[in-house]
Amino acid sequence: MTLQTLYTIIAGPLAVLAITGFVLGCVYRIVMAVRQTASDRMVIEYFHPRYALRSILRWLTPYSTVNMRRHPIMTLVTFVFHLGMVVMPFFIFAHMLMVYEAFGLSWPTLPDVFVEWMSWAVLLALVFFLGRRLILPEVRYLTTLSDYLILLLIALPFFTGIWAYKGWWAAEWVTLLHMLSGEILLLAIPFTRLGHMVLFFMTRGYMGSEFGGIRHARDW
Amino acid sequence: MTQQTVKVKKNIVDEGIEAGLARLTPERIESVIQRVLNREAGARLKTYARTCVHCGLCSDACHHFVSMNRDPKLSPAGKVKRTIGVMMQKKGKVSKDFIREAAMVAYSECNLCKKCVLYCPFGIDVGYLMTLVRRICHLLGVVPRYMQDTAHSQSVHFNQMWINGDEWVDTLFWQEEEARDEAPDIRIPVDKEGSDIFYSVIGPEPKFRAQLIYQAAMIFEAAGSDWTMPGSPGWDNSDLCMFSGDNEMMGRNKRAHFEAAAKLRVKKIVMGECGHAFRSVYDVGNRWLGFKMPPIPVIHAVEFYHDLVCNGKIRILKKFAQPITLHDPCNIARGMGLYEKARELAHALCETVVEMTPNREHNICCNAGGGIINCGPPFKDKRVEANSVKAKQLFDAKAMGAEVVIAPCHNCHGGLEDIIHHYGVEMELKFFGDIIYEVMEKPE
Ligand code: SF4
Ligand code: SF4
Ligand code: SF4
Repeated sequence: MTLQTLYTIIAGPLAVLAITGFVLGCVYRIVMAVRQTASDRMVIEYFHPRYALRSILRWLTPYSTVNMRRHPIMTLVTFVFHLGMVVMPFFIFAHMLMVYEAFGLSWPTLPDVFVEWMSWAVLLALVFFLGRRLILPEVRYLTTLSDYLILLLIALPFFTGIWAYKGWWAAEWVTLLHMLSGEILLLAIPFTRLGHMVLFFMTRGYMGSEFGGIRHARDW
Repeated sequence: MTQQTVKVKKNIVDEGIEAGLARLTPERIESVIQRVLNREAGARLKTYARTCVHCGLCSDACHHFVSMNRDPKLSPAGKVKRTIGVMMQKKGKVSKDFIREAAMVAYSECNLCKKCVLYCPFGIDVGYLMTLVRRICHLLGVVPRYMQDTAHSQSVHFNQMWINGDEWVDTLFWQEEEARDEAPDIRIPVDKEGSDIFYSVIGPEPKFRAQLIYQAAMIFEAAGSDWTMPGSPGWDNSDLCMFSGDNEMMGRNKRAHFEAAAKLRVKKIVMGECGHAFRSVYDVGNRWLGFKMPPIPVIHAVEFYHDLVCNGKIRILKKFAQPITLHDPCNIARGMGLYEKARELAHALCETVVEMTPNREHNICCNAGGGIINCGPPFKDKRVEANSVKAKQLFDAKAMGAEVVIAPCHNCHGGLEDIIHHYGVEMELKFFGDIIYEVMEKPE
């Protein structure tokens, strides 16, 4: 198979598959969680939009909770990592260009140098997380094989992304690998622990409602 | 010496748990676990299990973890891994030894205090998950003997201390008589229909601390309150069934309590200084009965006293002179946000208030709560040792001058008393009621 055909498959049907799988998977997660409230009525009964939002925003703001301040480095790393992983990919020129070529949509993007540094930061963050898992006894005790695999799964698209951008050895092939690993990661989100990306809003929202609406106490 | 105590801890044998285990079969274990996992638990269990990213950030929240050399098995997520995590993974196919271990974890290594909710980025409620483990243990008949005994008492008498109907009313009359030496016209009005306030207490008050009822009567009298206490079952607002996992019996207890109040057509229920009783009436039992909020307004003593003292309904003659420190009971701090009112009240009553840190919603639990103290003597050493951080907190407050600890919760009293004793902290323990009684202008 030539590079060109592989590219057409990975950038075409596979990309469509990954994105639809991701979206449908997330919807499925949310629907399932809501359906399971049938035997856990309280979650719906006590849900309180204002308090839910209050808690969610609080926990999305760096250093605004007691525990975030107790672990200043972990907090810094976590926020940089999540920004790099969740937000940044939308603002990469090459990514935008693909959407532009397919649908004619365009938007402002970040300078490539910045993207490169952020990608390194994401990789460093992964090393930091790996270190925590290996060194801190309380984290090591909880860690399972899948937790390590997830770190690897996230590392791949970032590492290959830098590689391709730098134009190192066999960059065309690595570009394919980059796209492929990105697609796998996207598809994995709803079906692994990475699903916390959507479930965070539900669990935190529920606790925010309970604490704000009934317990009249802060939950941070 | 340390070695010895460690040995004692490892060898806890609870007769109730062992007797229950002896009756179990693998089929029974599997079917009970399946029933709870699939039919009783729903969104929260499954979403929590799926969401936890094994980051360990909840660890520092837990006094068990911090006190026991940061043993990873005692972190909140560690306890989940050792209990319901395995039950889910193996779909209920677990051994008797596993159930023994799970019961030990759920009944004696977690106070259901919910502090971990404030530390986990996702707000995963390990207290709730441990409640589910207790539910499973209850349905399997594997419950610590002392705790089950209080639950039995509640199912016979609707109070946790095996107090008969006439003993209860006798105690009220006795305390009324005692109080009359001091205030000749005072009454403890029993079954007075249409009163403003229905005053309810926990079983141990008439049994061991009857003077608290006397003091409460004096406070009501001084404030000119229109109050009553019920003469029949329903007077005990506590609920160990809530902690043993016997939801059905918990519901019956709460129904008896609400019905006693409804029968007397009162405006509100005022509860004595107890944390878990408040949780059972305001948070857990009412939900089981299908009431989103309690059907009759429920007010904890701290809130009630705050109103009396801070709004000038009783007069303070001279503030309490000894420096005090305030222990926030989880069930009314994280459970009702009464931490600010408790402070205002303490400042209004006492000359010097020394703060323990962390405090308010970040308080350190006394390690008696969640029914651990009710698991009785076999667990006492473990309970006290697994809370050295609280002892340290008390020592720090003492170093800053505090001589008295105010703890507006019966369980906390029990737990703190043991800690004070074991570690040689040498501080005095009091309820808000004790202090108010001491400093107020008494009725004549
Ligand atoms: S509820 Fe309290 S005692 Fe239980 S694990 Fe969480 S912090 Fe520890
Ligand atoms: S902090 Fe939350 S997500 Fe992290 S290990 Fe604890 S329970 Fe799991
Ligand atoms: S006994 Fe007191 S400190 Fe302990 S769990 Fe209950 S309310 Fe909390």
